[in-house]
Amino acid sequence: MRKSSLFLLYLLVNALLFVLMFVHASHQQTASMPSLKEKAFLIERLGLTDLCIFTEASYTRHLSQADLHTPFQDAPMSLEHFPSGSLVSPSPIIRKIDGKVD
Amino acid sequence: MEKWIERQKHIIDFTVSSLLRRRGKNAALITVYAFVIFMLASVVFFVQAIKREASIILQDSPDLIIQRMSAGRHELIPVSYGDRIRSIRGISAVKSRLWGYYYDSVTGANYTLMVSQDPRVSAGRIVIGAGVARARIAFAGDTIEFRAYDGAIIDLEVKDTINSQSELVSSDLILVSGSDFRRLFRVPAGYATDLTAKVRNPKEQPMVALKVATLLPDTRQILKEEILRTYDAAFNWRGGMIIVILSGMLMAFIILAWDKASGLSSEERREIGILKAIGWETSDVLLLKFWEGMILSLSSLFSGILLAYAHVFFTSSFLFEPALKGWAVLYPRFKVAPFIDPFQLATLCFLAVVPYIVATIIPVWRTATVDPDSVMR
Repeated sequence: MRKSSLFLLYLLVNALLFVLMFVHASHQQTASMPSLKEKAFLIERLGLTDLCIFTEASYTRHLSQADLHTPFQDAPMSLEHFPSGSLVSPSPIIRKIDGKVD
Repeated sequence: MEKWIERQKHIIDFTVSSLLRRRGKNAALITVYAFVIFMLASVVFFVQAIKREASIILQDSPDLIIQRMSAGRHELIPVSYGDRIRSIRGISAVKSRLWGYYYDSVTGANYTLMVSQDPRVSAGRIVIGAGVARARIAFAGDTIEFRAYDGAIIDLEVKDTINSQSELVSSDLILVSGSDFRRLFRVPAGYATDLTAKVRNPKEQPMVALKVATLLPDTRQILKEEILRTYDAAFNWRGGMIIVILSGMLMAFIILAWDKASGLSSEERREIGILKAIGWETSDVLLLKFWEGMILSLSSLFSGILLAYAHVFFTSSFLFEPALKGWAVLYPRFKVAPFIDPFQLATLCFLAVVPYIVATIIPVWRTATVDPDSVMR
């Protein structure tokens, strides 16, 4: 087989895998609906407000409930010391409070 | 048309042979290039999936949360504030929430304790999230010791665990009864952590929040819309580690492209000189290098993106786990649904392929337009 044909075959296989990736994503989105509904139901029943992605610091555990005073309060000149604090940006709610303070 | 296709195929034949002659160097190039795309695509997939999932499930979070502030800090709120809030037109219901954090000195983990009306929860009986069950190796029927505010040890029996399917929202949760919560943290009767309000018309939420702020000036109001926006802003590309990863990857890519654009190796220059000497046109040489760029960038692009998809959606982003885990002892095990944004993917493809090909073509064009004799010398 010519090298160009091999390359085109390789491209075709990759393009097919790419299409399969979208098909899989679409199928999984439908399949995950019951699980999403269960999470939404739990959020409604318990009145939850946040995703449980980080558990090390209160202000990254409940991102939407964080306030301006929580981080950096441990000591003067103390910089952010929880790794998750540098992974995510502050909530727009904090910026709103920040505006008032400034 | 057939002639044109045959010409392209001949050039691809030659390009593949040329690439195979320098297989070590090209394999290394594809590996690095694919890794750059893999990291970028992994971040894009993970962030998009989390944002989309948050926007779906947090639609059912409370319309309005009212928290009391005292001396710039969150304070317990009198439940009687609820009666005053209920009098505002547009509010259909007000509920109080009792929740807080508990540091478990046995495991070093932080839990979120919340009072729930769940029928499985009663005085002395709790329901725990899957992460807590893992951290404490506790199952239904076991008891967990808690240290109350006064140092007293309180044993609470695990009645059940929350379904692990919902771990993304409940991994560190412990549902307790109101009496146990007040006993643990000395929360006086008539006080709650915060209040939630249901607003009849979603469009009126900001106006209702304003009325609450006027009625109760010592409170802050958090709207559902703001909760939803939080997750959009939290994983914004401009913020935190995401910009560090993106800029690192971008710099790596610029170095890669710069290496190509800054000049060709003497071997490549000699090859172009020989091709010109045996009768290849400048356009043929450019076509050859175009296909070379296409083969390298497309191979890297496909493998990078497909591996990133497998990494995020089949292995739960295991490479990101140390960064996401941080110092936390309790780490939720969650799988996000693969919500892909085709626009972001198209942008990634464009940025990964086009600059590389342009960076490859320009020095080749400069070399190919020079007299072959001087190039070979």
